[in-house]
Amino acid sequence: MTTLMAILIGTFYAAAIYMMLRRSVVKLVIGLILLSNAANLLIFTVAGLERGIPPLIPKGQDVIAGAAADPLAQAVILTSIVIGFGVLAFAVVLIHRACEVVQTDDMNEMKGTD
Amino acid sequence: MLIAVLSCFILACFAPWLHRLGGRQSGWLLSVLPAALFVYFASLLPEVSQGGQLQFAYPWFPGLQIQLSFLVDGLSLLFALLITGIGFFILVYGGRYLEGHQSLGRFYIFLLGFMGSMLGLVLSDNLISLFVFWELTTVTSFMLIGFNHEQEDARKKAHQGLMVTVMGGLALMTGFIMLGLAAGSFELSTILASGTLTEHSLYLPMLLLILLGTFTKSAQTPFHFWLPNAMAAPTPVSAYLHSATMVKAGVYLMARLHPSLGGSEAWLLILSLFGAVTMVTGIFLASRATGVKRVLAYSTVMALGTLTMLLGLGTEKAALAAVTFLLAHALYKGALFMIAGILDHSAGVKDFRDASGLRASMPITTVVAILASLSLAGIIPLFGFVGKELLLEAVLTASIWQIGLTIATLVANIMVVLVAAIMALKPWFGPQIETPKKPHDPNVALLVGPALLAVLGLVFGLAPALAGNGILTAAASAVYGQPVTIGLSLWHGINLPLMLTISSLIFGLIMYRFWAGWRHITRFMQTAEKFGPEVIYERLMLGMTTFASWQTKTLQNGYLRNYLITTLGTVIIIVGWALLRVNQLELDINFSDIKVHEFAIVALLILSAIIAVMVRSFLAAVAMLGALGFGVALLYVFFSAVDVGITQVLVETITVLLLVLVLYRLPEFRSLSSSANRIRDAIIAGITGLLMTVLILAITSARQLEGISDYFLQNSGPLGHGRNVVNVILVDFRALDTLGEIFVLALVAIGVYAMIHLRTGALPVTNSDRRAAFTFRRSQKEKMKADEQAQKEGEAS
Repeated sequence: MTTLMAILIGTFYAAAIYMMLRRSVVKLVIGLILLSNAANLLIFTVAGLERGIPPLIPKGQDVIAGAAADPLAQAVILTSIVIGFGVLAFAVVLIHRACEVVQTDDMNEMKGTD
Repeated sequence: MLIAVLSCFILACFAPWLHRLGGRQSGWLLSVLPAALFVYFASLLPEVSQGGQLQFAYPWFPGLQIQLSFLVDGLSLLFALLITGIGFFILVYGGRYLEGHQSLGRFYIFLLGFMGSMLGLVLSDNLISLFVFWELTTVTSFMLIGFNHEQEDARKKAHQGLMVTVMGGLALMTGFIMLGLAAGSFELSTILASGTLTEHSLYLPMLLLILLGTFTKSAQTPFHFWLPNAMAAPTPVSAYLHSATMVKAGVYLMARLHPSLGGSEAWLLILSLFGAVTMVTGIFLASRATGVKRVLAYSTVMALGTLTMLLGLGTEKAALAAVTFLLAHALYKGALFMIAGILDHSAGVKDFRDASGLRASMPITTVVAILASLSLAGIIPLFGFVGKELLLEAVLTASIWQIGLTIATLVANIMVVLVAAIMALKPWFGPQIETPKKPHDPNVALLVGPALLAVLGLVFGLAPALAGNGILTAAASAVYGQPVTIGLSLWHGINLPLMLTISSLIFGLIMYRFWAGWRHITRFMQTAEKFGPEVIYERLMLGMTTFASWQTKTLQNGYLRNYLITTLGTVIIIVGWALLRVNQLELDINFSDIKVHEFAIVALLILSAIIAVMVRSFLAAVAMLGALGFGVALLYVFFSAVDVGITQVLVETITVLLLVLVLYRLPEFRSLSSSANRIRDAIIAGITGLLMTVLILAITSARQLEGISDYFLQNSGPLGHGRNVVNVILVDFRALDTLGEIFVLALVAIGVYAMIHLRTGALPVTNSDRRAAFTFRRSQKEKMKADEQAQKEGEAS
């Protein structure tokens, strides 16, 4: 399964980079979204994929008896998703404002400092 | 010993106040220190001249093998005496020479700072501290050359001297590190005691690097050009730094390391060749120059070349000749520079062509000038004669290129006689001509230095044993590495060197007779200088700034995608190389354990990513992104990350809403890029994607260490009292991280709010603006809600 996930992540990265290389600032946003998804999945996959054993301690016990999925990677991804959303929200408003002021979405034309 | 070196720096700190206190006599006041130091060093003479070595060590960075350790033997003591002795006269002289100059206090700071650095340099026993002092002399020299910093020319020349010597300094440092590694110690005394290093595998690179440092410092061809330009400094500085002491630092270092590094073919060839070339180049340029200080500067280049050549020959005689010549040169050249300053100060003369017949108005100066010049010319019974005889004897017994070196020395000597004659005769004799200032003999403060130095040249000439047995033999032994047994004497009998001296005297005087003609014959040099090392240096500097501005424009061009391409290209090359070479592509490819529903989701995800890239409509792209986000959430849930899946679903919902609400009024997608650019970008993106895929496969098959996750699994129950381990990590084990995350989201919310509400009044309000504002206000409520929700997310998780 890791192999398949690796291919998926590679595709995400390729799509994200391609979109970020475009001149349209809106496409840059789409690229950012793809990129953060790709990065999250990368952490998730590298930590090891486990089916059906979430890191939850059964009632009445103190530790999980058997194996469990890596809780640390999950915690990191949780943080990453939320922060990623924050960055996205800020970027979206910023870009909208910029487009409104300079009347273009082409980054080649957004070059002046004033 | 530490106090001796540091006292200069300490006094430098207080110099401006002492200057104000001392008023006109401040030079005398400050010169008490070098005088006291001179006496101190002289008191070490008896022990050192017996062949003794004094060592002082103070720990500095013991862990790095750096200590402030000092070594006093014949060589370093000779230099220390020169530095403090001439330094005394220079302070007295400089105080009067620059009297009334508004930054005389600053002059004292740098001069005393230089004195301390130079003392540290010659007394250091540790390579690293020696290097530190070496660079300090470069910095103080820079400050002093650029002393008249209002003049652009002075600034430029100071910069030139700095660049050349600092470049050499970098090479020197590398060489020192190699030397320290090869010898197993950074202490000079240990290195010198451990014998020769010529067989070591690092010998050649280490030698070349160290020589690059010494050659730049001691102005050897082709780096000689900075020294005449350093004459932009006030004359006392030229006399002190750029004649008697600092430029000899390179010579000192070569002499110091001669027992360890000398004696090899490479040493012999490089030093004698460069030394001889520098000697002839220097004196040839001196014979053509007419500016008083320029002539002296070029003849200093000649002296430095001679010293290098003698050190290259490295015989017992050559070592003795080197230290004798060094002392003689310091005495007469120091005196001559100060006389050049007097000419400028008292008569306003800067060029030999503007001076004639001054002997009537400046009788004492004339006598001193003639005495010093006779020593320069090497005429019996001056000390210069002793040095010159030894030089010729050493060259005549050289082990290589005897004839070539002898001819070079002879030619150099002829032109030295010419230069000496110019200095001794041209300004003083002949018809009296008008000078810019009314000529007069200067104040005693200006005369005492040159007069005493010139007289010392006569005293040492008449009684060479005075200098020889005291210090020079000990210094020569330190250079040679074994005790030197030859003594100094004035009269060596009628022999070949004497004949050569006499013939060079005759030819030199003939050349003086036809000096103007000689300059006319050699005027081709004006053309040649256009291809000289100075022009090459300037081209290099210009090339460097051109290159810098080119690469800044190329790399920092302001286009996001060019930054991305540069960064990604670097990542692809480095990571790709590592994967190929280190990992050798041991990939763990395994398709066997895939379930049907997982495959379906992954296929859908890949498809939606591709569609999101391809579609022309923004709304379609957003829809695809939504699908993609929910698909990813499903994958999380399949692989045991329930909390992550839930969060992803929530965030994905808000993201889609946000995009639709905020961005749907933006223009539709247009085709902005050319198809060539598209193909280029697709290739870069494709390679990056492939690299990431390969990277994941390589990483998962190469995991070496156990993670720390087990700790959380074991302890979240007993310590965190929570059953959802992920939650316990977020709100307990890593609670501060989560707090930071909440803080970030709060900042984002403030930022978003500010961008929507705080509009700059200067912007013209158009209808479209109003429409946009309306849209914003509508969407803003959504966003605030979204942010709050996200914040709750952060807190909840």
